[in-house]
Amino acid sequence: MRSIALAILGTLATFFTPSGSPAAESAVKVGVLHSLSGTMAISEVTVKNATLLAIEQINAAGGVLGRRIQAVVEDGASEPATFAQKAQKLVQQDRVVTVFGGWTSASRKAMLPVFERFRNLLWYPVQFEGNECSPNIMYSGAQPNQQLLPALDWAFQKGYRRVFLVGSDYVFPRTANLILKKHIVQRGGVVAGEEYVPLGGTDFSSVVNKIRASQANVVFNTINGDSNVAFFKQMAAAGLSADKLPVMSFSIAEQEAKAIGPSLLKGSYAAWNYFQTLPLAANRRFVAAYQARYGKDAALTDPMVHGYVDVLLWKAAVERARSFEPDAVRSAAVQLPWLETPMGKVRFDRNQSLYQVAYVGQLDRSGQFRILWQSREPIKPEPYDPLVFPGKTCRLH
Amino acid sequence: MREMALVLGQLFNGLSVGSILLLAGLGLALSFGLMRVINMAHGELLMVGGYLAYLAHAWTPDPLRPLVALLLGFAGAALLGVLLEWLVIRHLYGRPLDTLLATWGVSLLLQQAARNLFGPTGVEVTAPAWLRGTFTVNHGAFAGLSLPHVRFFVIAVSGAVLAGLWGLLHGTRLGLFVRAVNQDREVSGILGVPTPWVDRMVFALGSGLAGLAGAALAFLAPVTPTVGQSYIVDAFLVVIVGGVGSLLGTALASTLVGLLSSALQVFTSVSFSKVVLLLTVVAFLQLRPKGLIWVRSRALEEGSHG
Repeated sequence: MRSIALAILGTLATFFTPSGSPAAESAVKVGVLHSLSGTMAISEVTVKNATLLAIEQINAAGGVLGRRIQAVVEDGASEPATFAQKAQKLVQQDRVVTVFGGWTSASRKAMLPVFERFRNLLWYPVQFEGNECSPNIMYSGAQPNQQLLPALDWAFQKGYRRVFLVGSDYVFPRTANLILKKHIVQRGGVVAGEEYVPLGGTDFSSVVNKIRASQANVVFNTINGDSNVAFFKQMAAAGLSADKLPVMSFSIAEQEAKAIGPSLLKGSYAAWNYFQTLPLAANRRFVAAYQARYGKDAALTDPMVHGYVDVLLWKAAVERARSFEPDAVRSAAVQLPWLETPMGKVRFDRNQSLYQVAYVGQLDRSGQFRILWQSREPIKPEPYDPLVFPGKTCRLH
Repeated sequence: MREMALVLGQLFNGLSVGSILLLAGLGLALSFGLMRVINMAHGELLMVGGYLAYLAHAWTPDPLRPLVALLLGFAGAALLGVLLEWLVIRHLYGRPLDTLLATWGVSLLLQQAARNLFGPTGVEVTAPAWLRGTFTVNHGAFAGLSLPHVRFFVIAVSGAVLAGLWGLLHGTRLGLFVRAVNQDREVSGILGVPTPWVDRMVFALGSGLAGLAGAALAFLAPVTPTVGQSYIVDAFLVVIVGGVGSLLGTALASTLVGLLSSALQVFTSVSFSKVVLLLTVVAFLQLRPKGLIWVRSRALEEGSHG
């Protein structure tokens, strides 16, 4: 009984706190919502770190519109339902002005209705399958035409025209391969085969056998997580090491390479919009700042940089709008000029996705990428692939 | 031409997958099959074997690695099995549901321990040079066929383990005790068989075999804190299809399941072949609820444990 009485008192107290107190005025609250536990934690904790680094740097330089940023960190626990629940908590209870977070498409799709209902704004940092267009999400991660298709162009340029598609069995690989297949055929290439393995699966014996029999000269890999270890081990055991049959991966960044084992992956390719080895002054400063804060061996990846850049873009949009109000911020965000970031020049398109440069890199023995190719300029984002979703466009402004 | 190589390759893959299932399932065939302990931590014992293989690899010269890894994996997991039996299992004999919950808890503890000791991302175990090659056919009807040495190695290990276990059960005093306890616990106890000791030895042996399997499979699969989860369902599957209590049944079931899944994967994807496989197993168990080989045992039929 006593605890209930206390709880009621506590709730009442929050109602009667004078709203004009200086502490509440000076700090503006933003949400940071990633999986800090569960299977996705390995990837998402570092994105959270990069996001917090940006917030710390902005606060050290005087904040936004003269106000300090206060991050409210929540754990999505690798469960889409938890993401939705925590998003609602951040928006309703903590009254954050915006939220940075999400990784899997399932988590984004679970949060989407929350942000639409409360007219708040989510900044999403990970490459994804496109085919979505919400006014309440800023999609900074690559659309398919900024990661998959540039990789395909590069492979065709190199003469790799018989493509084998292998992926984990869920929405991103299935949609990615749907798009890839159309474009391979349109460009006169051959889809040598297409295989899916359940998430976490470790048996690739038949897949490897089929890849060999298909006489493919390149493999496009959208396998996620630990399954990659089994895939690359069993490919190598069958004599299909990276120098014999090149593999282009779309879910293996510096951090995953470290976990899977660089010696196993050495020589394989990846396509991203950022590599730690990018020779840009802004990137050198970012890598130094991150490693000073989180350890000198920390690997930097594409989603981490997007998490970091999202905060910078939000700050620029707030300052342009002279307001923290989500609708004003997103209108201002799509009018921002080019911004120099660790991943190169970026700006938002009117469809709330990011113009960004695409890169192809090759893994070396140390787990870092040697950059082989980059798009001539930042690529315009296309949420709906014109071959797969003809006539569909994303108009938000 | 290519088709012949694909089909023969799939036949070999079937045997390879079967041998992996057999390795993963044999330990369980002992603890679940002979003792009726539903050990949800069985997958984690395989995981422990994988990490022991990693440690063995850090300390031994390249060519000897697999053998040291197998021995260390067996010994370490067997020791853990003794501890587990003494601390948890022996208090729960005859209460299968409680054992299920308790060992599930143990599996979570072991996963977290691996995470704290070795980090959440897993460790690297690579095959030594002499296992890295392939047996390749370049000419004739089977041109394009390529069989990895490491898969031959896993097939050989599972064959050796099966033979060794068979020898142990049918050629030693311990084996005699195990079979006696399995047939009738009460009477063998009255006749002087030290049943608690037999229980502990069987559980230790089952755990040790899981560890050995984990060390062997580390060449083909990842070694991460949660990798055990990917073996546990398949392990129970082959033990149940084979017939609870029968080692030969487990061996037969592993081979059949491996061949069937590889054959299905010639025509369909990995995901869909899994669906068809599980449906086949469900249908089979409707027809033969006791599995391929049915062992007569009072201990099993009564479901009690002393």
